[in-house]
Parts: sequence; structure tokens; C-alpha cells
Amino acid sequence: MHELSVTQGIVEMISDRVPNQRVLTVNLTIGQVSGVAPHAVRFCFDLVAAGTVAEGARLHIDTPPGRARCRSCGQDDFVIDTPLPLCGCGSADVEVIGGDELTVASVEVAAKPKGMRK
Amino acid sequence: MCVTCGCDGDARPRIVGPVDPVRRGDDPVRRDKDERDPARADGRHAGHPGPGDRPAIVPSGRGLAGAQLVTLEERVLAKNDAIAASNRHWLAHQGILAVNVMSSPGAGKTTLLERTIRALNAEWPIAVVEGDQEGVLDADRIRASGAPVVQVNTGDGCHLDAEMFDRGLRTLPLAPGTLVFVENVGNLVCPALFDLGEGARVVVTAVTEGEDKPAKYPRMFASADLVLINKCDLLPHVDFDAAACERHIRLASPRAEVMVLSARTGEGLSAWYGWLRHRRGHREAEISACSTHHHHPHPPTDPTDSLSASAPVESSAP
Repeated sequence: MHELSVTQGIVEMISDRVPNQRVLTVNLTIGQVSGVAPHAVRFCFDLVAAGTVAEGARLHIDTPPGRARCRSCGQDDFVIDTPLPLCGCGSADVEVIGGDELTVASVEVAAKPKGMRK
Repeated sequence: MCVTCGCDGDARPRIVGPVDPVRRGDDPVRRDKDERDPARADGRHAGHPGPGDRPAIVPSGRGLAGAQLVTLEERVLAKNDAIAASNRHWLAHQGILAVNVMSSPGAGKTTLLERTIRALNAEWPIAVVEGDQEGVLDADRIRASGAPVVQVNTGDGCHLDAEMFDRGLRTLPLAPGTLVFVENVGNLVCPALFDLGEGARVVVTAVTEGEDKPAKYPRMFASADLVLINKCDLLPHVDFDAAACERHIRLASPRAEVMVLSARTGEGLSAWYGWLRHRRGHREAEISACSTHHHHPHPPTDPTDSLSASAPVESSAP
């Protein structure tokens, strides 16, 4: 159940990057073979965000599909749905090239009142 | 709280120990604050932008009126991975091989380490970072086998992360050239995701667990440099298809080595010791290659200690 510490990392990072602002929306990218379950992040988020700049923020999660290439037969860029993919040729020597992202893409913050530092 | 295991987010990991090193009286090399990398010495989190690197703020094209979109594009594990990189760098300079040992609870990690310490401690200083949710039971066993140990209690956390490992390393008395084992929290899911800065990852599975574990927990096995199939002394008593197990491991990790052994009886352990020695050889080769080109800013605190022979990083420096 690493999603709790992953979510803590997300909120900590946002608090570092946009301190003293009110975060309205958090846009995450959690790839389908990243090893992190989006629903568990969602479950933890409100609790972890309480008392931080992200308290009450809306959570938007993009979940790009897994993609891989085969080192045996050279087949490039096919879709996978497991971190343990097999190529159509039967080889397990497969390199994951996408869908393993785990990033905070962006946040939407409330516009600052006039006079505050940009 | 956490939907899967009930983690409590407020529970901070605790470091218990160090349990005193009974064997060696030499002056340990400790990781002091000034040995941290520059990004950390000034109090910033490693890998995190400083105050001068504020992200660009642009008016948001969506959402609430007046909202601004701030592009971050920052990896969530960046902080962990930066601390892991710092650990890896420091360990390499000290000539310390760190081996992260992971398995489900009860696969035999502690018994394997006890036996390994008893077998190798005379030729190679060994220290252990113990990860458990609670208690010092494993640390007591490790200490009794003769190695200094620090227990990290993760509270309700389910894995060790790079920062906990860093704190453990700072607590342990570590001479250059030491072999550091990390006994991770017994868990076949979460520890796979967290790089600690270790030099090698070993996954232990036991014949009592069934041959399908590598198929059911592929991410863990995919991260392994070596898979140990433990408790082979129980093979006559359990239905365990070793060939199928190895096939599942190969699917998860085509490059991992696989060994069958029994930490209880000692069967197959010489291959495991050989693997560790081979890894040490690699590390020493890397270090002597490196030390012919670079000056090392942190010489050993006591060059006359009995461990200097296993610390080529310093002894071969120009």
C-alpha cells in the first residue's frame, strides 16, 4: 500500500512548488503500468491534502496505457496491460516505453490578489 | 485511512538503535551533514527546485474563472530517487556494497542473513538495516549473529524508502568496504517501487509459498538482480514445481539469476556467498577504475583499521 506515501509525496511537492497559494485542481499522470493504483491515490488524497495548499482541490488523473517494444523480434510500440508483458512472438524480453509515468503534470491555483509577487 | 492496508499517514517511521556493534572497536565512518551533496547541505530536499526556480504560471484555459494553470511535470518519485542517488554515490565512494533483500513475510530473510553473517563476517564487515512495522525482534536476532544493526520501524508504512535507508546508514557505524544488508519490510508489492540506492536487489521466495508467486507479484520479481528460492529442505513435504517457478521468474525478469537453497540447512548457500563475493569484486573494480581518475574528498577516518584492505577506494587513491 505505497499509494499513501506516493500521495504524501505529491502533496509535499505541490506545497514546495506553489507555496502560499490555493490549489483548485491537481492534474496527475498515473500510467497504467506505473505500479500505482489511481483509485487508492484518490482515496488517500483528501486526507493527505487536509491542512495544506491542496486542501479541497479537485483531483484529475490521466491514465495513459502501457506501451512496450520487444528486444527479441524488434516489434515496436505495442500496447501492454501488465508490468510483465509478453510480446506476440512469445518473448518476455520486453522493454516498457510508456504508461509507467507517475507525475504531477500541473496544478490550477486561484488567481492572486493584486499587489502580490508573481 | 488507506483502502488497501489501513496505513496511517501520520505515523512517522522510527529508527531504533543502533544496536551496538559487538565485534569491531574501530572508528566508524559516519555520514555527517557536510558529506551530503550540495543540494541537501543547504537544507533543500535533494532533487527539488530551490526558491529561485519558481514554476511558470500561466492563465488557465479551463476550470474556474481567474484560475491559473501551473505546469509542474515533476515525477512523484523524484525526491525518493534523488535521495537514492545520493545514497548510491556515497556508498560507492565508501566501497560499501548494499544489498536490498525483499520477500513476503516468513520467506526466510532473517534466517538467511543470520547464517550469512556467521559465515562471512570474518572476511567481510557486515551491517544490517532492518525494516519492520513494529518491534526489534529481527534486530535482536541479527545482533546475536554478530553484526551491528539498526531497526527502522515504519509504523503503518509498508516499505522502506530512500530517506529511511539514509537515516539508517547515518545511524550505523560503517567502515569502508562494509557489506550492508537491507532487510526490507515483508511485502511483495510496495518495496518494488522504491529505489533505496542499493547496489543489488535480491528477492527471496520459499517453496512453501508455491511456485506461482513470481507470476502473481511480477513487479517485485522484475526488479530483482537475484531470486533465491529458499527452504528447499522442505521440498519432499510440499507440492512445489521448481521448474514452473523458475519459468515464472524468467518471464518477470529475463536477466535475474536464480538459486535454490536452504538457509536452515545451508544447502546451496555457497552459490549465494559466491554471488556476493562476485558483486564485491565488481564494486572494487568500479572503485579502483574511478579512483585512478578522481581525487576523493573524504579519506577514511582511520587508515590503519583492519578494514582498509577491503577499501580500495582509499588505498589505491593517488
